[in-house]
Amino acid sequence: MTSMERVLTALSHREPDRVPLFLLLTMHGARELGLSIERYFSDHEHVVKGQLSMLKRYGHDCIYSFFHASLEAEAWGGCTLFSDDGPPNAGAPPIRDPETIGTLAPPRVLDSPGLVRVLKAQEGLRQAVGDSVPIVGVVMAPFSLPVMQLGFEAYLDLMFERPELMQRLMELNSAFCSEWANAQLAAGAHAICCFDPLASPRMISPDLYRCTGHPAASETMARIGAPTATHLASGPCLGTVDDLVSTGTAMVGVGGEEDLAEIKEACRGRLTVLGNLNGVRMRSWDEETAIAAVRSAIWQGAPGGGFILSDQHGEIPWQVPERTLQLIADTARGYGRYPLPGGRG
Amino acid sequence: MRVSGFPPHSGNPARPALTELLESALVRMDKLAVQRLYLESGLGPLQFSEQGVAPALERIGDRWDRGELSLSHVYMSGRICEDFINTAFTEHPPAEAPGERIALAVLEDFHLLGKRLVGTVLKSAGIRYLDYGTATVGQLLEKVQMDGVRILLISTLMLPSALKVRELRDGLDQLGIKCGLIVGGAPFRLDPGLYREVGADACCDNASAVLPALRRLCGGVP
Repeated sequence: MTSMERVLTALSHREPDRVPLFLLLTMHGARELGLSIERYFSDHEHVVKGQLSMLKRYGHDCIYSFFHASLEAEAWGGCTLFSDDGPPNAGAPPIRDPETIGTLAPPRVLDSPGLVRVLKAQEGLRQAVGDSVPIVGVVMAPFSLPVMQLGFEAYLDLMFERPELMQRLMELNSAFCSEWANAQLAAGAHAICCFDPLASPRMISPDLYRCTGHPAASETMARIGAPTATHLASGPCLGTVDDLVSTGTAMVGVGGEEDLAEIKEACRGRLTVLGNLNGVRMRSWDEETAIAAVRSAIWQGAPGGGFILSDQHGEIPWQVPERTLQLIADTARGYGRYPLPGGRG
Repeated sequence: MRVSGFPPHSGNPARPALTELLESALVRMDKLAVQRLYLESGLGPLQFSEQGVAPALERIGDRWDRGELSLSHVYMSGRICEDFINTAFTEHPPAEAPGERIALAVLEDFHLLGKRLVGTVLKSAGIRYLDYGTATVGQLLEKVQMDGVRILLISTLMLPSALKVRELRDGLDQLGIKCGLIVGGAPFRLDPGLYREVGADACCDNASAVLPALRRLCGGVP
């Protein structure tokens, strides 16, 4: 099977030849090319070379065309702060006065140089791999983007105290998010991963999510012209599985606080589960621990298909060494072969 | 020392019935009920805060830790308490608390929610602290030395910031400054051993766990 066939089989809740592996690597491409993180993301050709090099090295099943979340903040007037050893971070929130939301218009994707760099990278990657490997594009969900637009505190204040502005912001973000997602699909991405950490009950109560974030997510998903995944960026999901299913998403990226087998059972036949290796702990895994972690995740999540092995946060930290990534890939390839060891599945 | 539970409150004894009623009012975001409980308690603002608000926030933090409440509950509870404290203490400012000098900072990040939550918990317990806002390792070393801080509370969001606590610890050691470090934030929740790796003295799994952490680190009331 090609990676695409493997992933599509898993997405249709059947067992492919082996468990698909998504190593969601971004910054490691810079190390692959011997560049600083800032320089790496400054040119789309670097990202094309980096992703292709990592695809060859690890033989995993996706190309992750995500640069960094703060590019979306840049599109809304914010800025990016680079560091030598971690993901670029969003600087001060661009919306300083919530009252301006009333007259705000969503930025145009093609007016934002950072977003255009991502599109160019996706074009180059699609030319290189065609339809053999899924190219995953990323957007921030309308409900979670305001953490960068306003700052978390101001956003929570808005959510509770200014419902009319909150509603307006969800409409603006939904329009931007779907335009940004569809631009990525047109450029070469096959599917869109929508990061929505605030949809997790750990962050926002499910009651509040249902009347704010959920309608915005549903509207956005309906406008995106390809399969979507929702990633909770390490957040628990069990309290919101039904809500996520009804947004129209096909997959959920899950954290490690909950039992993976329980998550799989709750999602069975409805959502493909993506996860849930702990990226922060991965930094210091020895061989034995890495193998045990991969085996455990496969044991709990993979029976019956509907599972893609990945990390729990949607981005593997810079500090994770290449030898650990190689071990994960090798173990997944060996231990993750269907039928699973012990006849499970 | 990892702190996530809800140990018995030392210092001024908590009032279980008041705490429970306050907790319920805060989770419902019922500001009027909080005000009514204050007026009916017959306590002064600081006593009400120490015996009711602080333990109620500890319980809410603990319930968040157990997955029973969301961060939105924690934040709004904190905001209601902050409003109460700001109003009540304007008329009756608390005396300068004796004991260790405490400071609170976010290490290299613009996202200040965690720091604000911890600040509310400290204020509710009548604990004075220096607010360093967002700071780099170098700035923290300078400020800690200049202000004679003995306990530094650090909130982090990103892994690289959490790892920088090691630089801070080494810097403090090189300068011969005895300062306890209490850390918290997402990276420390995701890797329970990380706080030891970076040389912190304690790690809080939620904002209100800062009170038991301070009690333990100070061997009593901070």
